[in-house]
Amino acid sequence: MSTAASTSYEAHFKVWRGDTDGGGLEDFKVEVNDGEVVLDIIHRLQATQAPDLAVRWNCKAGKCGSCSAEINGRPRLLCMTRMSTFSREETLTVTPLRAFPVVRDLVTDVGFNYTKAREVPAFVPPQGLGPGEYRMMQEDVDRSQEFRKCIECFLCQDTCHVVRDHEENKSAFAGPRFLMRVAELDMHPLDSAAESGLERKKTAQDEHGLGYCNITKCCTEVCPEGIKITDNALIPLKERAVDRKYDPLVWLGNKIRRRPGA
Amino acid sequence: MRGAGRAAIAAPHLRTDRWWLQPAGTAAGLFAFIVYSTWRAFANADYYAAPYVSPFYSPCLAENCEPMKGGPNWEIFGSWWGLSPALLILIFPLGFRLTCYYYRKAYYRGFWASPPACAVAEPHKKYSGETKFPLVFQNMHRYFFYAAVPVAGILTYDTVLAFRDENYEWGHMGLGTLVFLVNIVLIWAYTLSCHSCRHIVGGKLKHFSKHPVRYRTWQWIGKLNARHMLLAWASLISVALADLYVYLVASGAFDDPRFF
Amino acid sequence: MTTVERQQWDVVVVGAGGAGLRAAIEAREQGARTAVICKSLFGKAHTVMAEGGIAASMGNVNDGDNWQVHFRDTMRGGKFLNQWRMAELHAQEAPDRVWELETWGALFDRTRDGKISQRNFGGHEYPRLAHVGDRTGLELIRTLQQKIVSLQQEDFKEHGDYEAGLKVFQECTTTRILKDDVDGKVAGIFSYERESGRFFVIEAPTVILATGGIGKSFKVTSNSWEYTGDGHALALLAGAPLLNMEFVQFHPTGMVWPPSVKGILVTESVRGDGGVLRNSEGKRFMFDYIPDVFKEKYAESEEEGDRWYEDPDRNRRPPELLPRDEVARAINSEVKAGRGSPHGGVFLDVSTRMPADVIRRRLPSMYHQFKELADVDITAEAMEVGPTCHYVMGGIAVESDTAAALGVPGLFAAGEVAGGMHGSNRLGGNSLSDLLVFGRRAGLHAAKYAAGLGAERPVIEDSQIDLAAAEALRPFSAEGPDETLTEEGPLPSTARPAENPYTLHQELQQAMNDLVGIIRREEEMATALKRLADLRVRARRAGVEGHRQFNPGWHLALDMRNMLLVSECIARSALERTESRGGHTREDYPGMDRGWRKVNLLSQLADPTGGLAATDPVRGQIRLVRKETEPIRPDLLALFEKEELVKYLAEEELYE
Repeated sequence: MSTAASTSYEAHFKVWRGDTDGGGLEDFKVEVNDGEVVLDIIHRLQATQAPDLAVRWNCKAGKCGSCSAEINGRPRLLCMTRMSTFSREETLTVTPLRAFPVVRDLVTDVGFNYTKAREVPAFVPPQGLGPGEYRMMQEDVDRSQEFRKCIECFLCQDTCHVVRDHEENKSAFAGPRFLMRVAELDMHPLDSAAESGLERKKTAQDEHGLGYCNITKCCTEVCPEGIKITDNALIPLKERAVDRKYDPLVWLGNKIRRRPGA
Repeated sequence: MRGAGRAAIAAPHLRTDRWWLQPAGTAAGLFAFIVYSTWRAFANADYYAAPYVSPFYSPCLAENCEPMKGGPNWEIFGSWWGLSPALLILIFPLGFRLTCYYYRKAYYRGFWASPPACAVAEPHKKYSGETKFPLVFQNMHRYFFYAAVPVAGILTYDTVLAFRDENYEWGHMGLGTLVFLVNIVLIWAYTLSCHSCRHIVGGKLKHFSKHPVRYRTWQWIGKLNARHMLLAWASLISVALADLYVYLVASGAFDDPRFF
Repeated sequence: MTTVERQQWDVVVVGAGGAGLRAAIEAREQGARTAVICKSLFGKAHTVMAEGGIAASMGNVNDGDNWQVHFRDTMRGGKFLNQWRMAELHAQEAPDRVWELETWGALFDRTRDGKISQRNFGGHEYPRLAHVGDRTGLELIRTLQQKIVSLQQEDFKEHGDYEAGLKVFQECTTTRILKDDVDGKVAGIFSYERESGRFFVIEAPTVILATGGIGKSFKVTSNSWEYTGDGHALALLAGAPLLNMEFVQFHPTGMVWPPSVKGILVTESVRGDGGVLRNSEGKRFMFDYIPDVFKEKYAESEEEGDRWYEDPDRNRRPPELLPRDEVARAINSEVKAGRGSPHGGVFLDVSTRMPADVIRRRLPSMYHQFKELADVDITAEAMEVGPTCHYVMGGIAVESDTAAALGVPGLFAAGEVAGGMHGSNRLGGNSLSDLLVFGRRAGLHAAKYAAGLGAERPVIEDSQIDLAAAEALRPFSAEGPDETLTEEGPLPSTARPAENPYTLHQELQQAMNDLVGIIRREEEMATALKRLADLRVRARRAGVEGHRQFNPGWHLALDMRNMLLVSECIARSALERTESRGGHTREDYPGMDRGWRKVNLLSQLADPTGGLAATDPVRGQIRLVRKETEPIRPDLLALFEKEELVKYLAEEELYE
């Protein structure tokens, strides 16, 4: 903890610089001090060696999800990656997110995510309940609240091989973040999409590409908020879709229950 | 990894850690189990040593089964069935594990490299996930879960029978009984920690507050579910060990030490 | 001459934080075609950093609460300098604004009977803050963002175009408000896309400024890079005055270590939920710092303070929950007296007050933040904290009911960029409610104003656009300082090194932090003004490398204009106000002066006719005007005890 002993050292960085026309990794030697994160080092490069190095950032506290990039090949938030997690001899390679088109240097065009966000129908408020009349129990909102911790850093969207390795899947697949949004709304205790004729679990499979997910859990691994995307959102959503289509007991139950009415 | 306008980086990945270790380990572990279980399933021998029946052969459903007193053998398949009776029943646990959400991840990564590890490019040109035949049948996991519950029930029955001695006298216990006990606890823990089970007991509900008992069960299963991977491996190993134990005793390579 | 794309909209909102988005939703629902401009990506605004909650007197936890109590707390917190009408509207409308969020899908933490849970906070008499763990700002921004998406989905159904009635221009910066040359009405804005550097003009008869604050002019701040005082500067340059800019809130608890995160906020909920402040001697020093005006409201002993968490009706609250200005000054004094922590703060401890799992549940992002950034486990050890520049109470002077800026028709302001609502000091939780209440009002009245104009839209002359474009391009042709002499004589202009905008920014931050910080002195502020003048000269030579495509050096060079303007407003006003009140503490005038209560300091451009080029860089750009506030309405005054009012109001005000 003592600040008396000098703890700064020189680190070796390789930073991808370029734009849509091409680019490559550029080498930098740069000072690192005690307690710094990778974003601090990128800022030092800007201030001292490469004033036009483009990087997107905002809160620098892991709350806004702007500074997503890849460090040594792993999608991370630049502001939440401490330099102390690397050895001093290690060369750090920093590149832009590789699943999205690059704009410049470390900045990518994340428009894909905003397009997908628009394709998920919004919360449907319950009929007959005015503002101030909503009553929801904490245990009923817990699940959706976990998903609403999402800071939309889009690291899960970037790491998901469905679109990362297969550009052609982008049109059919919403990605973990927005499948999780469908799960969030389907688990919202007062969402009345079903009453208005919108079957969210069905659209997850039919319109948002839930079937593309092969639950290899990379989204959960990269989530800086620690949201259990696969176990708590995607698999439950798959199970909900199964309820509709494949469960033998549900099918039987519906047959029996429907008979007296029919 | 190629797509319109993406950063021009040729390398399929830039990871510097030993990312290949996990998929390689998974593949090796699964492969070892497949080799062992295939041999044992087709062997059609050394699967019963009173009072123990190998979990691979329980329940034993063909005429060619070894007789087990009070044991789970019913001659549903007549003399026309000439193959190993293990094949009749192993389909169910095999299907359960094959469609399990954890094992899917394990073999998609380990065997199919789809993807081999996070942010490491997969070698396939096309990918349609579980949207098409045959992988769309992964949605059948629930059927196998329903089947896995009675199978686990029968293995529980086998464990109870293991409290006999070789003369079928009750109230005895040997090392094999302990092996069976550990195995059945792990089998149940794995079965109940299944994502389908978690969904059925409570996950499907919109309002937990209206179903307090199911909510508590869901929470409990959720805690187990968080260790689903661990339980998947532990029960896989324990079931193989239980079978190996029976094999060793039945083939005479080893004598079951009796406690009382 | 540059040809610049022009687009036509009814209302343009600059800023996409809580206030901007709420304004945009309202304007669009009123039928106005609305454009939103923001510097970051949509949904990343600084509002996401708000942690504690939204203050609204719903009375869900303690039914003694109502808008009058909230109003009283707000006025007390602001030391009666608040625009009382704003404080009144705010207290009355906040509950509706919170409930409305639920109908858009927000999920607040719940009480046992399923209502929105409310938590205690500094300066609030009752548990009042609707919250979601300690990530309330994220919930607010996400809910508003998703409401905007849902409106766009409606537009898509109707017009086949998501952006027919409401469009977000993300990662764009506005550098000028454009006005009609003839009648001086707002006519639109001049902006550039950060991604491409491309200029564009939005023609709109109304502009709502919702750009947030000014914290990036200070070295230690909880604010993000966006907080460069853009809206303040745009308003000034358009001819609108700023109100009481000397009032800058230093949040008492920012992280102090490691250096790279110095200033990042530690939410007040830590104290609201039971955290206590201790000095290096282990003493709960806040008991020594309860000012006279608050003596009756706060506990005198640790035992009483501790009892209050369980039984708030029969005990008084602990002094850790005094308004922020008091706590910040107390911490400052302790550190100065040599009783600080190893890294120059004090200790904030929850680990001995709550079980570890409760801490992790109630303060998840604080736990995460300390664990990830400082390697400190707050369930096991104390945090080190110190004051950090957090919020500016001063801002664009607006009409209380309509959020319209004074003197510039068509210009509106809401949120932190607007002044007056919080007086000399803001209570925690009152910011998010302010965003919603006045964001909505700004959207409503802007839409009405635009509709009222009919087809008679103000006109933007090409010459104005050319000026704005030239100003924005300056950093690419910057020349080095004249006095760069070598042994062979002056260097040719092309060879002189231009000023590095990053260096200039750091010097500005250091100057403001050291000289116009939490405790102020006359000589220091005079020095600050000199430094600012010097920086202003140098900033005109700030040069950048590279091209216009996503060039952060260029962006910073442009933002420097705004930070310098706003910093001057703060320094000048702070020098002028010879008293200590709320977020303005003068070492040479330590007492609150009732005579100053009525006085508002308006900052105006010294030379409103010319652009910046015409302004003498040394003389300064800002002129101060004093303006008396309207007397507080009698029925509102009647909400207070006479004995309390005596402390704040001058004799003649009491008997009017």
